[in-house]
Amino acid sequence: MGSERTAVIGVGQTKYAAARRDVSIAGLLREAAYRALEMAQLTWKDVDAVIIGKAPDFFEGVMMPEVYLAEALGAVGKPIMRVHTAGSVGGSTACVAASMVQSRVHRCVLTIGWEKQSESNAMWALSLPQPFATSVNAGAGGYFSPIIRRYMMMTGAPELIGCMVAYKDRRQALLNPYAHLHQRELTFEQVVDSPMLWDPIRYSETCPSSDGACAMVLVDEASGEAHDGPVAWVHGTAMRSESNSYGGRNMVSPAASEQCADDVFAQAGIVDRRAGIDAVEMYVPFSWYEPMWLESLGFASVGEGWRMVESGATALDGGDLPVNCSGGVLSSNPIGASGMIRFAEAALQVMGAAGERQVDGARRALGHAYGGGAQYFAMWIVGSGKP
Amino acid sequence: MADDPLAPPAALAGDVTVPEAVAGAEPVQSVCTPIRLSYTYTPGRALSRYLRAMADRRILGERCGETGQVFVPPRGVSPLAGTTTAGVVELADTGYVDSFNITRVPIERRPDLKPPYCSAWIVLDGASVGFMGLVINIAPEEVRIGMRVRAVWKPDDELETSAANILGWEPTGEPDEVIDDYERLGRAQPAQP
Repeated sequence: MGSERTAVIGVGQTKYAAARRDVSIAGLLREAAYRALEMAQLTWKDVDAVIIGKAPDFFEGVMMPEVYLAEALGAVGKPIMRVHTAGSVGGSTACVAASMVQSRVHRCVLTIGWEKQSESNAMWALSLPQPFATSVNAGAGGYFSPIIRRYMMMTGAPELIGCMVAYKDRRQALLNPYAHLHQRELTFEQVVDSPMLWDPIRYSETCPSSDGACAMVLVDEASGEAHDGPVAWVHGTAMRSESNSYGGRNMVSPAASEQCADDVFAQAGIVDRRAGIDAVEMYVPFSWYEPMWLESLGFASVGEGWRMVESGATALDGGDLPVNCSGGVLSSNPIGASGMIRFAEAALQVMGAAGERQVDGARRALGHAYGGGAQYFAMWIVGSGKP
Repeated sequence: MADDPLAPPAALAGDVTVPEAVAGAEPVQSVCTPIRLSYTYTPGRALSRYLRAMADRRILGERCGETGQVFVPPRGVSPLAGTTTAGVVELADTGYVDSFNITRVPIERRPDLKPPYCSAWIVLDGASVGFMGLVINIAPEEVRIGMRVRAVWKPDDELETSAANILGWEPTGEPDEVIDDYERLGRAQPAQP
């Protein structure tokens, strides 16, 4: 007996914003959860378990928020479980939720990822001093900038590839009513001219800090078949992790990333990855990660990812492999939700429910998330038809 | 699905009724509650050796018995083999810049770090992994991938059992390390145990 076929029948998102001062953390989550339940045409009573994810408790300074959120999420008398894998957590949370249905432990699971960065101090939370290491206090940008620099040197990619990614994602965000950044007047020149923060990363090539939550309702095969509305079927889920420091580690394309991709594509039965996927929602917090992940995920050969960007292949308008039609992490970054937004946007694409950011006729889409020092990976492939 | 994607979910629509006594009062939307955290850190045997050696201006790494890789700072375990490290290796305080970042924004709470400043992955001679450090006594724009560097230590009377004994890394003036990225360009994966 194989695993239970699993369907996404509800997606709910909040309007991502720098500060949602009108709602508490619980209120923010309920907004996303109710939207997902409305789309699924279900109520709390139908939900068997809640799987919740967010980034470190240090961010908001609320210890074990899943405990205090249980009642706000209808989980009284039901299992609630917290997942944490740093920035990839939203993706891992969705994978864990799917496994609850695939294993037939539960028939209907609500999964939700969130962050309220306006109540957080992420820079502080990520820079706690450790006695065995020198603190260089450069935050996530300072951590990833040397890796990007190494990619640029390795491939000889033109300097403005990152700016092209950032400009594309910010333009695509205009099609997404939930995106945080809606920079209608932004020009490519402004992206190029924006100040260097963590050289070679410019201000306009980094993600914003956002408040937001994203929820999904996952159900078993019978419920997915019976659902009177759009459905996305799960064709594969995979997670991998590795140490962020070992001899010979490829920091640009970590082994865990390549192994995770190999696993999820094998599960979905996809050999030609570029031809087999119609839309990608990729975790790109700094623009250069788009060409880097295109290579690591096997959409481009090694050293050629930047050429796909340059050719426009990853643009919603005219590209054969549209990446981040939602605007991506570069346009909205509620950290603990960011991975789940990738997974949910992939689901919306194959549901045909992505509104103006829809890829025409999308049949299979990849959701991707990474976290820590590029050491945690979560991916899923969803399809319009059953696996 | 709602026609207006931003319309509140039906279950959350409508206004909250507040008691008359507080009607018209300015709502409190957030309060600031600072948290102070103070930790006692137990480094364990490997890091204790490393930190004690630091006070003598010595850098100790540890070697994996299976792969031969040398880790610094040592955690007492080999991340690939998953085994306890087999022995201590004393390393020189010289190495090279594997890659680097130039921070050009001021950093809150660290007025001593004046932008632009350079932080880098430093790989010590004989080590298999790099760690983050500051590159000093050179303009950030002149730092190169592969540049040879040596540690700049605090004065003897300020040494502690801390990695902060190394103030930063300065160029040695030797020819740059040759970085061969062609191996990295392949999809070769590290050996699994």
